[in-house]
Amino acid sequence: MYDFNKYFEAETLDEAKKILKENPNAQIVAGGSDILVEIREKHIEGLELMGIHKIKELKEISIDSEGTISIGCMATFHMLENNEIITKHIPMLGRAGGVVGGPQLRKVATIGGNIANGAVSADTATSVWAYNSQLVLESADGNRTIDVKDFYLGPGWTDVKQNEILTKILIKKEDYEGFSGEYIKFSQRKALDIANLGCAVICKLDGNKFSDVRIALGVAGPVPIRCKTAEDYAKGLEVTEENINEIGKKAVLDGKPRDSWRASKAYRQQLIEICSQRALTKAAQLAGGK
Amino acid sequence: MSDVLKKITFTLNGKERTVEVDVRKSLLDVLRDDLELTGSKKGCEVGECGACAVMINGESIDSCIYLAVWVDGKEVRTIEGIEKDGKLSEMQQAFVDEGAIQCGFCTAGLVVSATALEERGEKMSKDEMKKELSGHLCRCTGYHNIASAVDKVINK
Ligand SMILES: Cc1cc2nc3c(=O)[nH]c(=O)nc-3n(C[C@H](O)[C@H](O)[C@H](O)COP(=O)(O)OP(=O)(O)OC[C@H]3O[C@@H](n4cnc5c(N)ncnc54)[C@H](O)[C@@H]3O)c2cc1C
Ligand code: FES
Ligand code: FES
Repeated sequence: MYDFNKYFEAETLDEAKKILKENPNAQIVAGGSDILVEIREKHIEGLELMGIHKIKELKEISIDSEGTISIGCMATFHMLENNEIITKHIPMLGRAGGVVGGPQLRKVATIGGNIANGAVSADTATSVWAYNSQLVLESADGNRTIDVKDFYLGPGWTDVKQNEILTKILIKKEDYEGFSGEYIKFSQRKALDIANLGCAVICKLDGNKFSDVRIALGVAGPVPIRCKTAEDYAKGLEVTEENINEIGKKAVLDGKPRDSWRASKAYRQQLIEICSQRALTKAAQLAGGK
Repeated sequence: MSDVLKKITFTLNGKERTVEVDVRKSLLDVLRDDLELTGSKKGCEVGECGACAVMINGESIDSCIYLAVWVDGKEVRTIEGIEKDGKLSEMQQAFVDEGAIQCGFCTAGLVVSATALEERGEKMSKDEMKKELSGHLCRCTGYHNIASAVDKVINK
């Protein structure tokens, strides 16, 4: 039995907002795969959980007339892998969803939980950041939309307030159109393992030159990061092996990995270089580079 | 705690059931302890081994990290609901024939996931099939015979 104190079932989004406002200790449970495991493994007691499974609109993935893609927080990884909008316009995110945990987990665990939980190893966080996503946070006191770059405040700590629900993730047309991308999850095992490094790279070419490169890394610092130095350096460069190697070296300057039992700092730095190079090579190929 | 019990209605192995569940219980605990369906096994209890897998609306999930209240209005199938008219299903028989069972602890979960795959009705390569079954741990068989059993049924 899970040791929590109360369970609320929100039937509608408005009701969910109200429950959070009226119960300052209430916390969302989405797919439960982070929070239930935490309750069990860390013996956390006394939580109040609010389920949001019944709110249909939170599961929607859609695209509007301006081409902005909206991904509801309760979209599971399995939905990301198989949704036509995602596989057509932002396939890297679908592939990132496809390497989370194992198949049974992917049917239940959600992108909203992956992002809101704030883990640096979250497999979709890097793609969400590479596409410059915007996060919609709704509460009984009003709604706000923030850029993903302002979202992470520290290890496992994000800008979601207790009374807020991360309802959807928005990706604008200008942030995906013409881009190709590759996500590399570097881990010891293929299934059911946490990344030693997560590396999401998207790029856009003008002829055979990089007109835009975005490199997002997970487990390369206390929070997911973008590699500004490498990205700025890459702009305007010809797509060549030498240039890609150099861009990978620059990405190491942006990373702030640390030693942990999973991997040493030196090893992670090596991974940053190699994975950025490999992902960029693949992304450039997909974009038609030579 | 006063309001720990919640009444839910769902379909369990083809029959509609209305039960009062403790909201703090996992689906696995409700199945095993309250409904006495002990075929689904409790291995890791943290979503890593797949011993507890059951189907919800046709898809295999780990019931140890799934709250029982969430099955309200849904269709649940456990290993007890896989057999057909008192006989082993084709998938179950294939596990027996291929020697895919040793201690049997992982078997219920694997058969459930494999059956969900079978019911999708698609043929698939061995690599795809292995990826689909990668959410299960087996400490005895070395997986080879399990893969053969599932392959035999899916790609017949
Ligand atoms: C066996 C196993 C393997 C795993 N492997 C991976 C892996 O390979 N890669 C990976 O990235 N993760 C992995 N995870 C972690 C986890 O599955 C993911 O982070 C998942 O996306 C969490 O989503 P959830 O819906 O289950 O979140 P929950 O556990 O329900 O919630 C997580 C946290 O986010 C909050 N929250 C959830 N939704 C919202 C919302 N809409 N608004 C505001 N707050 C919200 C909750 O309050 C909670 O604090 C694994 C977990 C397990 C158990
Ligand atoms: S007991 Fe559920 S996955 Fe191990
Ligand atoms: S047969 Fe023993 S764990 Fe698989």
